[in-house]
Parts: sequence; C-alpha cells; structure tokens
Amino acid sequence: MDSNTLVVSSSPHIKSRETTTRIMLDVAIALVPALLCGIIFFGVRALYITVVSVVSCVGLEYLWQKLCKKRVTISDGTALVTGLLLAMNLPATAPWWMVVVGALIAIIIAKQLFGGTGHNFVNPALAGRAFLLASWPVLMTKWVAPFTLGFSVAPDLLSSATPLAILKGTAEGQLPSLMDMFLGNIGGCIGETSALALLLGGIYLLLRRVISIRIPLSFIGMLAVLSFLFPGAGMDRLTYAAYSILGGGVFLGAFFMATDYTTSPITGKGQILMGLGCGVLTFVIRRFGGYPEGVSYAILLMNIATPLIDKYLRPTKFGATKRGRSHVA
Amino acid sequence: MSLRTFKGGIHPDDSKTATNGKPIVKLAPGNRLYFPLQQHIGAPLTPKVGVGDAVKLGQVIADSESFMSVPLHASVSGTVSDIGLYLYPTGLKMPTIVVDNDGQDTLSEGIGPKPDPETLSPEEIRAVIRQAGIVGMGGAGFPTHVKLTPPADKPISYVIVNGAECEPYLTSDHRVMLEHPDEVLYGARVVRHLFGLKDAFIAIEENKPDAIATLQEHAADDDGIHIIALKKKYPQGAEKQLIHALTGRMVPSGGLPADVGCLVLNIDTAAEICRAFTQGMPLIRRVVTVAGGAVAEPANIETRIGVPFRELIDCAGGLTCEPGKIIMGGPMMGIAGYSLDVPVVKGTSGILAFRPDEVAVSPESNCLRCGRCVQVCPMHLLPAQLNAYAGKGDYEKCEELDVLDCIECGCCSYVCPAKRHLVQSMRAAKQAVQIQRGKAKAASK
Repeated sequence: MDSNTLVVSSSPHIKSRETTTRIMLDVAIALVPALLCGIIFFGVRALYITVVSVVSCVGLEYLWQKLCKKRVTISDGTALVTGLLLAMNLPATAPWWMVVVGALIAIIIAKQLFGGTGHNFVNPALAGRAFLLASWPVLMTKWVAPFTLGFSVAPDLLSSATPLAILKGTAEGQLPSLMDMFLGNIGGCIGETSALALLLGGIYLLLRRVISIRIPLSFIGMLAVLSFLFPGAGMDRLTYAAYSILGGGVFLGAFFMATDYTTSPITGKGQILMGLGCGVLTFVIRRFGGYPEGVSYAILLMNIATPLIDKYLRPTKFGATKRGRSHVA
Repeated sequence: MSLRTFKGGIHPDDSKTATNGKPIVKLAPGNRLYFPLQQHIGAPLTPKVGVGDAVKLGQVIADSESFMSVPLHASVSGTVSDIGLYLYPTGLKMPTIVVDNDGQDTLSEGIGPKPDPETLSPEEIRAVIRQAGIVGMGGAGFPTHVKLTPPADKPISYVIVNGAECEPYLTSDHRVMLEHPDEVLYGARVVRHLFGLKDAFIAIEENKPDAIATLQEHAADDDGIHIIALKKKYPQGAEKQLIHALTGRMVPSGGLPADVGCLVLNIDTAAEICRAFTQGMPLIRRVVTVAGGAVAEPANIETRIGVPFRELIDCAGGLTCEPGKIIMGGPMMGIAGYSLDVPVVKGTSGILAFRPDEVAVSPESNCLRCGRCVQVCPMHLLPAQLNAYAGKGDYEKCEELDVLDCIECGCCSYVCPAKRHLVQSMRAAKQAVQIQRGKAKAASK
C-alpha cells in the first residue's frame, strides 16, 4: 500500500448523490408540462422564444466567464433554468432581440455581476422580465388568444386581454371559464397560463424534495384568503378567489420563481414568511397598483427582503438557554 | 406508536449488512503491540515501566496522579522493547510503549473478581472503574469514572446505555449486544446502583430488532431495565440527540448531560464495567468492525488494545485492492489516516478501508442557499452561513452564530449539493474561537 494514493480528508467520508446539476435538471424537467402547454396554446413560436432564451442565457454565461477568465459553470444547469424561466415569463409574440436583452439583464447584470450562481440578490429571470416590462411595455403585454398565433407575428393579430385585466376593469372582454383558466386556454405569457401543468411540475419538485411546500402553499393560500375576504365589485367571493389564484402566473411564481433557493430565505420559518409576503404584495399590487398583475414585482420585493428575513428568523438552536442565545462559557 | 427521535438528521445507507450478521471473531495478538500514552481526554500518562522490563497481562504500564486520567494496561505479557514516538491513528506521533509479546498471556498479580458492586460505596465503585482504565469507547475517550462523578448539585435521574450505533458500517456494538447481553446489562445495573436509581435505559435504533429482542429477553426478570427502540436516523446516537429523544430534555448549550440529570454510556463501556468487576480484568480488548469495499471479508473482530490495524485487516481477509481511504471510526465522524501501521486504541470502534471509487472527492461549487444543511442540522444551526463567515475568517460572526454548538456530526456536508466542506470549515472556526477565548481569558488574568 502506497500512502501517496490515500485520500486523507476531513469527515464525513460519504456524501449524498445530490448535486447542483441534478437539482437544476429536476427544475427543468418540472417545467416541461408548462412548456408543452405553451406550445399547444401559442404555437411553435413559443418553442422558438424558449430556445432563443435558453441559448442566450447559457451562451452569455459562457462568454462572460470566458471573458473574465473565470471557471465556466454552465454545466451546473442554473443558466438553463434561468433561460427556461425567462421564456415562461414572456409573451409568445415577443421579438427575438427582446429575449436576448432579457437574457443579458438576467445573466450578466442580475447574476454574474453579483458573483454568479448563488450570489444574485434577485431572481435573474424576473429581473430580466421586469426590465423588459419597464422598457417595452407594449411589446411585453401583446397577448394573443390561444390557437391564433403562427410562427411569425402578424401585424393585424387581434390582441387578447388577460383575465386579470378584465377582472380589474382595465380591459374589455368576456372572462374565460374557470376550467379554461385551470387548463391554460387563455391569453398570457408562454408558461404562466396553465395552472394544471404548473401544478404537475410543482408536485414533481415536491416529490423530488427539490422544494418544500412552504412557499407555494403560503403564497397561494394568502392570496386566496385575501381575495376571498376582499372580492372585486359585484363578484362572488369564491369565484373571485379562484380567478385570482388561477390568473396572472401565480402558480408559476409560487412553485418556480419564489422558491428559487438563492433569493428565498434559508430557514423554514423564513420561507413561510416569504410566501405570505408574496401573497400580500401580489394582492396589494393588483388591487391598488397600476398593473393588473403583481406576481413578479411581489416576488422581486420579497427577494430583496430575504437577507433581512434570514437575519431575524434564525432557528432556535438546540439547547438554547433562557439567558438568550449566548453560549454558556 | 411512532418511534422516538430528534429533529433534523439524515438517512444515509447504513451499509451494515456486510458485518451485522457475522459473529465476533477473536484475533490472537501478534509479536509486537503498541500502547500510545494518551488514549483518553485528560492528563497525559507517565510510563511505569522501562525498556527491557518484563510486563504481564493486565499490568499497569503507565499512569498519572491526575483525576482526569485513567491508567494504561499491558494487553499481553512480554518485554518492553521501546518507549518512543510512534504514529497514532489521528495522524500525529505520540509517546508510545512498545511491548514484544511472549505469547504466554501470563496474568498480572492481583487480577481477580472484585467484590459485588452492590456492597460497595460509590467511591469504591468509581475507583474500580478508574483502575480498570475504562474510558468512553464510542471514540471520544472521556474517562468513565469522571463521567460517573457529576457535580453534587446535579443529581442523575436517567442512566442511559447508548446502543444506537447510528454510524454507517459499524456493527461492533450491535454484536456485543447480541453476544454479550448479560455483560451490558450488568454494567447498566452497576451504574444504576451507583446513583441509587431503580431504572436504567438501553436505547437501540430500530434497525437492530434482534439486539432489542435479545436484551429484552435477558432483562425479562428486571423491571428496572427498559429497552427503548429509536428511529433509525443519523446522528441518533449523538449524546444530546439521544437524551432528547429519550427524555424530552435538552442539554443546554455548552452544558453537559448531567445538567439535565442524564448520564450516557457506550455499549462496550458498559460491558467493560462488567468485566472490571466480575473478572477484575482491566480494559485490554475491544470489538472493532473492519469493513469497507477494499476489505475482502468484512468482520467484527475482538482484538487486544495495541494491535496494529494491519493485523486486523489481514484477519478480515486482507485488502482486495489499493485502498483509496483508511478511516478509524465510522464514515460520518471517523478520522482518515495515512497508514495501517497504527495500533487499535481504546476508542477504535471501526477500521474502514474504502476502494478508490468509494472515496467521495468532488470540488466545491458555490452555495445555492438551498437550505438542506439547515434542515438536517440536529443542533439547529445555519451551516451555510457559518461556512461563508468562516471562509472570510470572520470568526466573531461565527461565534455569534453559535459555531461552538456544532457537534461535527457531518450531516450538513453529507447533504450539500454544492459539495461544500461545511463541517471542516466549522471545525476550523470552532478552534479559532476557542483559541481567541483562551487568549482573552489569559489577558484578563
């Protein structure tokens, strides 16, 4: 036996098989149903936007890391997930260059400039979406009804109002049925319309223990409770609550965006607070804000509150003494 | 009924099937044995023999005046051939007495049964236990008689024998419970008697139903012995987690089990207490699990203290390949070594030899803040944050975040998907904080 071949390292000497790449792959798998629904409802253009987004995100991360002479980390899968999530948050009518700009904001500004994987303070995909929404509000809200979109965006295409805009009274139109809302047969972003598909993906993530139920449940629950207590004018409480949680990307936000590890609290208690905060903010923005929909901004605001939540909601350590947290000397 | 346990922890593959069905085999000691002078926590020992002296089996070869120490005994008869620095399993060199075995096992004078402990005072019982050189045999090596001397203002109400054996691979405690149940029970009764208690508890993880059944059978006529099944979860056998699962009490931060009226003994330690009374035999042997993918025939081996690891590996059929890692203890908390030419000491519960492909080596990547480490930490700490602060050398912040409460169980490093060396950095931070405290203390004097 040659002692030069022996590994002498600190315990533990066995590790779980879990890796960052495997987790990100799970998130990507969980997004497949939502992507398929997007393609079914908004045509092959939805797939095209998704491909542009993923290629831009992964490519930009690679280029940036090469340029900065850093270790290339595209194999950890985080850029892939950001690309998928960005696409889910865009209308299928978006022009390709806008997608690339969104990817640039997400990967370079929000993620790499702050230190790369694990160091961004807001969800990169949401940062990209927020930037695009502020810069090209018309292009970002050019919704079309399902099954009307070809590969190219025809200029005379009839735009379709989102249910939330109708609900808020800022747009004219007939509210779709709750079943269409649940299936995703409504106007909206590529990946946000089908609550069913997102729920399937969410359940997969829960079963794989990639996420816990804390954030999605407290988020959707809080929004449902507030909508039930304060329904819109002339609407049945239950119906209003149902429309509130099925519309405007709540499921996408609750299961896939607010649960982003890096930008959500690390403790169980903090995660519940994160979900509740997202629910309250979504409700407040929708009710009192200028936008009919508030999920992305609610999550971004809670992202920013996350370090504070982590600071104050620490778990009580085992054997904490009454005299406070200090260690008995 | 749901089994008792604690909050946090992990469920690694326990890898015990290679040895848990194998009876303990006795290994005859070889020609040369090594006795490092400090196999316990506390004061170092002074040799009581010189080079060339003849020693007998059970003879004290090193001792100290300090209360915080236990004597060391020769585990064979023979001649002292050297006293010098030799490699210790933790990787450092330590003053060691080397004895050449004459193969006669000539017993030292005065070895023989002690009086029935029921007739002895607590002081006399502790003296017998100290004289037998008994330390906690789970690995830490805390002198047992010191443990059995809690401060007068802290009465003991629970005596617990720890048969959880939650470390993967290790099965030595399991086999001792199966093959020597009466010795384990005897030890538990001695300690129970010492504290004037009616009850003693033996806590065993549910993955050892045969051990639970055997002990229950052997304790059937004693309603003061309680065999308690615990949920299989690592680190169920960690002292604080065990006490919490069993009694609902929490050892206060920085405190000792005695602070909540508990006393925890290892299985092998209880069996040694029995031998100290019934045979008057000091601690000269122990059971060691030899396992891992590079070991041809994994086994539970009863060996004398002082026998080199190499002889135990040979006894287990030798190595099947160049090992990638050698570990003393279990895979979660054991210490990796770089040589098989180190002796079995009182705290050696296992020797593992891993194949190169069993060795987990992966580069660290950025922390995702996924929170898995926080979920599994049995002390409810924030390993990810401690790791970040330790990495920056901000040990004050580590202290504030209770790094000293870390029990180094390894759950956080085990689950980390970014493969960060969490425990390693926390261990370093603990040492830095303790050194800083020592300096502050010295400065204030």
